[in-house]
Amino acid sequence: MSSPSHGANTPRTYPSRPQAVYFYGTCLVDMFVPEAGMDAITLLEREGIRVIFPDNQTCCGQPAFTSGFPDEARRVVEAQLDLFPGNHPIVVPSGSCAGMIRWHWEKVCAGDPALKARAEAISARTYELAEFLLHVLGFNRKDEGPATTVTLHTSCSARREMGTHLVGRELLARLGNVTLAHHDHESECCGFGGTFSLKHPDVSTAMVSDKVASLKATGASQLVTADCGCMLNITQRAAREDQDAGRACASLPGEHLATFLLRRTGGSPCGDQK
Amino acid sequence: MSSPAQQSAGKPVAFVSAQALRARMHDAVNDPHLRQSFRGAMDFLMAKRAAQFPDQGELDSLRSLSESIRQYSLSKLPDLLEQLEANLTRNGVQVHWAETPEEANAIMLGIAQRHAARLIVKGKSMVSEEIEFNHAMEAAGVGALESDMGEYIVQLAGEKPSHIIMPAIHQTKQQIAKLFAEHIPGVDYTDNVDALIQIGRRVLREKFEVADIGLSGVNFAVAETGTLCLVENEGNGRMCTTVPKVHIAITGIEKVVEKLEHVAPLFSILTRSATGQAVSTYFNMISGPRRGEDKDGPEEVHLVLLDNGRSQAYADEQLRKTLQCIRCGACMNHCPVYTRIGGHAYGTTYPGPIGKIISPHMMGLEQTHLLPTASSLCGACGEVCPVKIPIPELLIRLRGEANSAPHANPAMVGQGAAYDPKISLLWKLWARLYARPATYRAFTWLATRFRALTPTQQSGWTAARTPLKPASRRLRDMVKDRR
Repeated sequence: MSSPSHGANTPRTYPSRPQAVYFYGTCLVDMFVPEAGMDAITLLEREGIRVIFPDNQTCCGQPAFTSGFPDEARRVVEAQLDLFPGNHPIVVPSGSCAGMIRWHWEKVCAGDPALKARAEAISARTYELAEFLLHVLGFNRKDEGPATTVTLHTSCSARREMGTHLVGRELLARLGNVTLAHHDHESECCGFGGTFSLKHPDVSTAMVSDKVASLKATGASQLVTADCGCMLNITQRAAREDQDAGRACASLPGEHLATFLLRRTGGSPCGDQK
Repeated sequence: MSSPAQQSAGKPVAFVSAQALRARMHDAVNDPHLRQSFRGAMDFLMAKRAAQFPDQGELDSLRSLSESIRQYSLSKLPDLLEQLEANLTRNGVQVHWAETPEEANAIMLGIAQRHAARLIVKGKSMVSEEIEFNHAMEAAGVGALESDMGEYIVQLAGEKPSHIIMPAIHQTKQQIAKLFAEHIPGVDYTDNVDALIQIGRRVLREKFEVADIGLSGVNFAVAETGTLCLVENEGNGRMCTTVPKVHIAITGIEKVVEKLEHVAPLFSILTRSATGQAVSTYFNMISGPRRGEDKDGPEEVHLVLLDNGRSQAYADEQLRKTLQCIRCGACMNHCPVYTRIGGHAYGTTYPGPIGKIISPHMMGLEQTHLLPTASSLCGACGEVCPVKIPIPELLIRLRGEANSAPHANPAMVGQGAAYDPKISLLWKLWARLYARPATYRAFTWLATRFRALTPTQQSGWTAARTPLKPASRRLRDMVKDRR
């Protein structure tokens, strides 16, 4: 498989509905937003899919890879290659981690043909959660929630690496009582970029502040996104603005698409049960 | 009128070191005027480009074709350069090779001195900016006057271009009005754009008549025919290359293509990507000096081919892709970082995403290693690049070149410039932690159980956000509990 040429719409063929999938939760979800992962698992199981959670999973290696430490990335990737012995699809609740697995694992493993071949075999059956729900499972459950307006942020990796920017929209469009409010500069990055947000806080802050302003200007009641990195970046910037302005209520609450879909279609998101 | 060249002499426009990048970015993002003007200008350019490509399929195939042409040309670069030289020479063009900016300037100064030239009138050329041509000439007492309106404004202001296609995009019409009133004798303040253009045009017309040499860049050099192609909108490029007795063209060695038919797709995708024009107002094909029966044209034509770090990029299969660039500027128009800091903050001749990947070859990583880090890797640049340069991939490569411990036979000058044993050790520890599931589980167990102890100062993150705090239970705990 060759790496994505950004902007080209690489059409992907999807498998038929499998009996089981591997769930690759990602390190960010594991430690910071576990509800999103749990709700994604519930969604999949409710569609009749057996979900296998390999307990030895850690991280896709993206932080080291994008920071320019390819050897360290390879060490971590190598430790993930044994997680998926069966031939089931691998579902990832993040466009950026899915993009890393799908396009960059083979690059970090390029020095070792055997390793590279194993990475490629995994890349080929790795799907971002939203595309899996739409294209493989044909997710189409009745919206049981009250009328609401939400706004959607699609991560740059989902948009440009996984080519799934229309998938989130389509899933939301299938919910009868949900109106999607588009924001200005929708295709523009939220300014997270992993270590970029730590290394260049001035520019990252400028970008996320603009994103928060655009999202708020829609008047939507909440943000929905399928990437937790972007979600934490956007909502915690908004929370800081609330704090600085002395607002007690979150002016831009956000949640993962999985949580939102589950609640709207009659499920109980695990965060709601507390 | 005193020429802007004389006014800025002794006040070099050379930029502060790229190491001051952080400070410049800080100032730029906190300048509301700059933010607003770049946002507006980039929105305008993005919309213009989008309108040129209503058909995604046509865009995809034109990008693929353009990428292939550029890659094919680069694959034969040494041969094509020889062929170009032979055919240009046959056409009567004198070809010069320059490895460094100093050599290029010396060659051109030599030509100027041979003709006892006092004034060189210039068409737009980023390579001439790259070598600080104007200052080199001024230092030797030869005037160099920009005739592209944007470049003229930037020269009056004693600045460098802030965009490779729209050099004065950071200037408002009021600022330009003030510049004109201050610097051009007999001109009163007016911020009427048409009036300003007429004033500039009048001044420049006079200069074309007296200039001894015309300088231009080159967009495509055709090896098979020995033709220099020049894309422009103002007609000043045609004036520079036809009115003065001597025409000097300067370009980077990567600009060569094999056949004339290779030019058409590149020309089409260049103007559509750059300014959203279906075609530029002027397209010049220069194939030599005036011949016996010709009524006009220069008596002497020179081409200076500049390396300046390009062979370093060329030598590496991956880094070579940098040289596919046709200098359209679409990457900067679509870059969320460029949009927020403008071109000057980069401190390099070429700003924006392309600047981040080409400047390290020209200036070395010692000065430029921070540039490739100033990207969220959003991929917008790679998505719009007309010749499909994988800019994000190259940024990551350059980060790696800068971070790695200095070693023998590096691919780049300045390899290891950002090497920090402490940072490297941190990443090694990170890799150990994440490559060992048991250690990772122990770490995340501790981090979630003792989350109350999470530091609330988290480097750049908490500069503008509430602190990150681990959840009380990990996803794996939740999964286990439910089974």
